[in-house]
Amino acid sequence: MNEQATLPLPATGPANGEAPRVDHLLVAEMVEHGSRVLDIGCGDGDLLQLLESRGVDGRGLEISREGVNRSVAKGLAVIQGDADTDLASYPDDAFDYVILSQTLQATRQPRVVLEHMLRIGRRAIVSFPNFGHWKMRLQLMVKGQMPRTDRLPATWYDTANIHFCTIKDFVQLCDEINVRMERAVALDPYGRPLRFNAPWWFWNLFGEQAVFLLARGEAEARK
Amino acid sequence: MSELAGITSGDGGREREVDHPSSLVATFGPDEPLRLDCGVDLAPFQIAYQAYGSLNSERSNAVLVCHALTGDQHVANIHPVTGKPGWWETMIGPGRPIDTERYFVICANVIGGCMGSSGPASTNPSTGQPWGLDFPVVTIPDMVRAQAMLLDRLGIDTLLCVAGGSMGGMQVLQWAVAYPERVFAALPVATGPRHSAQNIAFDEVGRQAVMADPDWRGGRYFAEGTHPRRGLAVARMAAHITYLSDAALHRKFGRRMQDRELPTFSFDADFQVESYLRHQGSSFVERFDANSYLYLTRAMDYFDIAADHGTLAKAFLGTRTRFCVVSFTSDWLFPTPESQAVVRALNAGGARVSFAEIETDRGHDAFLLDVPEFLDIARAFIDSAAVARCLGAGHTTS
Repeated sequence: MNEQATLPLPATGPANGEAPRVDHLLVAEMVEHGSRVLDIGCGDGDLLQLLESRGVDGRGLEISREGVNRSVAKGLAVIQGDADTDLASYPDDAFDYVILSQTLQATRQPRVVLEHMLRIGRRAIVSFPNFGHWKMRLQLMVKGQMPRTDRLPATWYDTANIHFCTIKDFVQLCDEINVRMERAVALDPYGRPLRFNAPWWFWNLFGEQAVFLLARGEAEARK
Repeated sequence: MSELAGITSGDGGREREVDHPSSLVATFGPDEPLRLDCGVDLAPFQIAYQAYGSLNSERSNAVLVCHALTGDQHVANIHPVTGKPGWWETMIGPGRPIDTERYFVICANVIGGCMGSSGPASTNPSTGQPWGLDFPVVTIPDMVRAQAMLLDRLGIDTLLCVAGGSMGGMQVLQWAVAYPERVFAALPVATGPRHSAQNIAFDEVGRQAVMADPDWRGGRYFAEGTHPRRGLAVARMAAHITYLSDAALHRKFGRRMQDRELPTFSFDADFQVESYLRHQGSSFVERFDANSYLYLTRAMDYFDIAADHGTLAKAFLGTRTRFCVVSFTSDWLFPTPESQAVVRALNAGGARVSFAEIETDRGHDAFLLDVPEFLDIARAFIDSAAVARCLGAGHTTS
């Protein structure tokens, strides 16, 4: 209840003067000025707010009412809904970019969600935690238990993240559904981009999270 | 804001309000007819309204509130007939989400109503008698057209926000469809883009109850000094159930007895819930006109935005209005899918829309009650609309 009473007042700058998250800045940098963006699983609307402050026309989809409420308090246009069921009702080509920030692993059907993203938007931006990171592998190998990290502290039985994948897994999915990768960036645990020209296996081992800018594949684009 | 007359009760108060409301009134002469959907030009006519707060010099802080079926313009002041607080004081007033210290708030009695705007209980200027069923059938678009004429009269071009629940929400949607350039922000709550078959069915039960009362006299009860009290009370009782929910009724009353331990083996109001409904019915007839109830339920039945525009999406195409659509989980009169249909249509047109479904067991009436989650989102939406319209909220663009 307390949380409800202390909703932030509408503001146009970053909330509470905090610096934007590194992965948010990276996503924002991939979005062209003046474009239309849908942020799926927009949470409290921090990324959307960052984008709107950079001249982007943003919309959000968020499953929790608390998230919707905080987003609306920031002056954002956010709909309460579920990515797994509600994306089907969005028309084709409605947006320039559809963003899925740290949410892919929480969807029931990641592949269907990704396909919808590239139907609704001309481009998609996906960021997710990399389950192939060496710390994850080490925990599973040494402790024999599902890995838990500072960033992903939930136990296997109460986590919302039901579809973890590695960078390699995600690249494979993109190939399968004919999605073209325009840019890919892996971030280390400090949020710093890994070396640009490093091989995939290096990224898969040392990237804690990854951000992909995707476009429709050739056959898709011709349709 | 006008000085409110002393509180009166009973039919005397209600009958006086019909032609001489204790609120502001705008009268429109024979040269300013209201074009009704049924083809009739209504003239002369009048609109009774309330206003709170003050209009700024740019005329950019006006908020229009639309009332529901049995509401009226007394949204945030003591009601002149019942003596009760305004019907939306949780939402409107100093420091409330629609803050009367920041915004100029207007609420008009709908055309067809019985609290001072022209309706079947009003005096027909050509006969000197109440209109009764000679009053033309009105629609939700007619109500909105009349409100637009009122705003023209007040010199208000664009509304910062139009807000309302239930039938008021229908008017909000109609405002956004009919006058998109005049609506900066729209807050339709617990409503839908059309009346469902189930809702038309409920309305018909209410109307049949009124018309089955011998005191209705074919709608000419005013001439014979009667009022179909029993019929209107039954209509209200049936409708009131649809405003609540199974869970809310159970929580409030359960199977508890009214002032007794054991059943009386009669048809007295043994149960608290019966007593409550009887009270709802009998107090309603003190403040509402039976014919007006017929007209307003009919207006809701006829409402169907998609039918008027081909599809719902087409109706909203190109709109620049920002929307916040709100529904309630336990509302079975306007369940969430009705709101979602509006949201989908707005989305299809790329409109700036927010949507939230509020978790509550209080049913359709939740929009009138102190539901903090709902009031918070309303406040956030209106404040952010004010910021977007540069109505100094203490924040500057970074």
